[in-house]
Amino acid sequence: MTTAPVAEAPAVPMTAKRRGAQLVMLAFAIVVVMGAYASVGLGINGQIPSGTFTYGLGLAALMFAAYGVLAKWAPWADPLLLPLVTLVNGLGLVIIYRIEQTGQGGASATNQLMWTALGVVMFSATLIVLKDHRALQRLTYTMGFIGLGLLVMPLLPFVGREINGARIWIGVGPFTIQPAEFSKLALVIFFAGYLVAKRDVLALAGRRLLFIDLPRARDLGPVLATWGLSLGVLILQKDLGSSLLVFGTFIVMLYVATQRTSWVLIGVLLFIGGAVLAGQLFGHVQARFEVWLHPEAPEFYDRELGGSFQLMQGLFAFGSGGILGTGLGEGFPNLIPLSFSDFIMAVVGEELGLTGLMALLMVYALIVQRGLRTALAARDPFSKLLAGGLSFILAWQVFIIVGGVTRLIPLTGLVTPFMSAGGSALLANWILIALLVRMSDAARRPPPQAIQNEGLTQVFTR
Amino acid sequence: MNGTLKRAAVACMVMFGLLMINVNYLGAVKAGDYSTDNRNTRSFYKRYAVDRGWITANNGKTTLAKTVDTKDAEFRYEREYPNGRMYAHVLGFFAPESARGIELNENKLLDGSDPDLVVGRLIDFVSKKPPKGASVDLTLIPAAQKVAYDKLRASGKRGAVVALDPKTGAVQVMVSLPTYDPNELAIPDRGKVAAAYNKLADDDTDPLLNRVTEKTYPPGSTFKVVTAAAFLEADRSRDPETTVPAPQVLDLPGTTAGLPNYGGAACGSGEVTLRFALERSCNTPFGQIGMDLGWDTMREESAKFGIGEPIDFDLPTAGTTIGPEIETAALAQLAIGQRDNQQTPLQMAQIASAIANSGVLMKPTLINKITDPGGSVIEELKPSQLDEAMSGEVADELKQMMVSVITNGTGTGAQIPGVTVAGKTGTAEAGDAPAPHAWFIGFAPAEDPKTAICVFIEAGSAGNDATGGGTAAPLARDVMQAVLEAK
Repeated sequence: MTTAPVAEAPAVPMTAKRRGAQLVMLAFAIVVVMGAYASVGLGINGQIPSGTFTYGLGLAALMFAAYGVLAKWAPWADPLLLPLVTLVNGLGLVIIYRIEQTGQGGASATNQLMWTALGVVMFSATLIVLKDHRALQRLTYTMGFIGLGLLVMPLLPFVGREINGARIWIGVGPFTIQPAEFSKLALVIFFAGYLVAKRDVLALAGRRLLFIDLPRARDLGPVLATWGLSLGVLILQKDLGSSLLVFGTFIVMLYVATQRTSWVLIGVLLFIGGAVLAGQLFGHVQARFEVWLHPEAPEFYDRELGGSFQLMQGLFAFGSGGILGTGLGEGFPNLIPLSFSDFIMAVVGEELGLTGLMALLMVYALIVQRGLRTALAARDPFSKLLAGGLSFILAWQVFIIVGGVTRLIPLTGLVTPFMSAGGSALLANWILIALLVRMSDAARRPPPQAIQNEGLTQVFTR
Repeated sequence: MNGTLKRAAVACMVMFGLLMINVNYLGAVKAGDYSTDNRNTRSFYKRYAVDRGWITANNGKTTLAKTVDTKDAEFRYEREYPNGRMYAHVLGFFAPESARGIELNENKLLDGSDPDLVVGRLIDFVSKKPPKGASVDLTLIPAAQKVAYDKLRASGKRGAVVALDPKTGAVQVMVSLPTYDPNELAIPDRGKVAAAYNKLADDDTDPLLNRVTEKTYPPGSTFKVVTAAAFLEADRSRDPETTVPAPQVLDLPGTTAGLPNYGGAACGSGEVTLRFALERSCNTPFGQIGMDLGWDTMREESAKFGIGEPIDFDLPTAGTTIGPEIETAALAQLAIGQRDNQQTPLQMAQIASAIANSGVLMKPTLINKITDPGGSVIEELKPSQLDEAMSGEVADELKQMMVSVITNGTGTGAQIPGVTVAGKTGTAEAGDAPAPHAWFIGFAPAEDPKTAICVFIEAGSAGNDATGGGTAAPLARDVMQAVLEAK
């Protein structure tokens, strides 16, 4: 960080609040979702489902409430974020409703709508309570402990639950919660606060070896600690996805904070080391890798545990979608195990086709882009790092899971943000968006005008 | 910090770019492999998601194959064949993983995927209706088909009956026995269908085989009309009254064996008219004619009837041939439809049809018209000429002789009261088997032919003393009569 943040402020034009445009876009997103919802019914039995208006109006009421909160408590916020998230969340609801119609167990649109409602409550609460996000900077270490605590919670006896082979759940009464989703938020806040405090040391100290600046050995501490934490998650919880998510985000934030490429190299080397180590030590990691390389092979396809059956069924779905897809309600999501969770993108690929996938990826890319723009426009290093980290973790999560189900990279389980069925992820991601909205409000708000502006000038010239 | 943030933004852009490239790669490059992977059950389910077009005959008045909406979530539309066994070899079947017959040949129209139906399909897609296919109307005449099927089945024989409209090439009757029930192969249960199919495929009587088009047999004496046509065409001073040598046994050059007449009988007084030779179906005159005409003339005349030429038909057809050019003795044998002379019943019906149609050979077809789901006709039978097999004059002379065959020759069994029938019988040695194939080709009414027919009874299914005149001609008579009544 060489330039002072204040000097950068004029680079971002101070436009209007654009609340009207946001309202129109929000209405448009809801119309798209309602259309999709009606389309599912038409596809399945030729009738518009009776719930179209209940679900549609329910979603509309929620989103306009969120809009109201945003307009009152964050009037200068980015106008695109809320409509984009509404669209993705709404389409997720439609797809889950569609899967529910096939009778696949575990998919419930009503539950998902309820969680969406709770998500909007969390979104609103975050905006109302958190007047200034910089308060979070003071909670850096608290957040670190919370993040760590949430991450290890599923390992504790009594509360921890193991579902589908991964120990990443805790039971609270009748609900199961995936604390890692909240942990990722706390950890990004912790990383941002910590890196702002330590970045000078991490950026400058060190010596040059060949063509690269190496940090001092003792400064490797935080990187190694995060690496150890990720490996711990991988080993103890068999949660490849979260492990990769946290470590990758930390490395990128470290790079953004220190501007030092060597951190990225060190990170990549540590990642490769960790992956090789884990691959040799643990069967399930190696199984994922084999399946990625040869999903078609019958011995992997038929393998009971860690086989490629699910991946192949997902790929068949992508393949059958074509350009326009089969149309909502006319594919075969029931052929893919857990289609409402990790593999929801395969259902999108089949029923909405390449067009739908490209559009949806574009919407995700736009959300990330709005977040990164907020980071660029932010006026202090903590906000920059936090907004950048939150945007990146969202993009990184989409990349890991969508890349996994499309066989771009080995499959590691993660939810698709805002789409997959599951309350924890939905709540956590709505909080994430609330933080971005809060920061974009701060970044876009015109700086207070100095009253004595002209007078000062006169004094200076005199 | 903005510099590195921008680089992180570029990294995000690259990640989304990679995802987009990859989904396109899946959709464009890998999709083909995935759709044919037999572990992908989608194609199996999808077959039953289409409101498949119906197959009808008699301008839509008779339903041959229909689609039933079961409202079942998994297999919504099922295929039924109301008179399956009778039409099995024409319709084929629509099985979970395969199809045959018209179901296969017209599949793209029936399931709506043909480019001609793209507009309707788009409308169905947008309005979320299940895709609907075009319906196909066949040229078959159900009343005559039923007569052919019932009579042939009642006789307990294996064989084939095919009748054509000589002027248009429209197939009026197509029956092959033994047959099978296509309904058993159309149920949406891969295991059961595979079992049923294997049982049929292992059956020694070969019920899956369409004997009209898919297998060739020696045509025997019915082929003499081709030899006669070549003989008359070669020299226009010849006519049915031209005399030809008719020894009791024809010497075959290069062999010790001779070519006798049927049953070793004499044929006239050693020299007979062409008409008499055809009426009595003498072997020796036609054997001599074949050898006199030579390979080139026989081949050329056969080709004009379509023999040895690939045929563009709605069902798969076996290749026909008069046999390879070898010693001269073979020429005498092929001229009477023996040795390596191999024809399908469809080809023999084509020969009768060309003679009936003043020498003009029409392209055979089963499709009367194809109607899109909206009711507008997208394809209609347009008669097309394949070749001119002979001059109209020669055709007339052949016709006269074939009428004589029915009135006072070997084909009296095919007489229809009040109708002039023309025809030719055939009794062909089938390899070393003691029993012969029995054939009849012909057409009626001779003055203005409305139907040309070929009846084929497979060797061994009608006893050792089966003959074309005794076994095949009466069946041909019944079927022709049924066609004429229906017309």
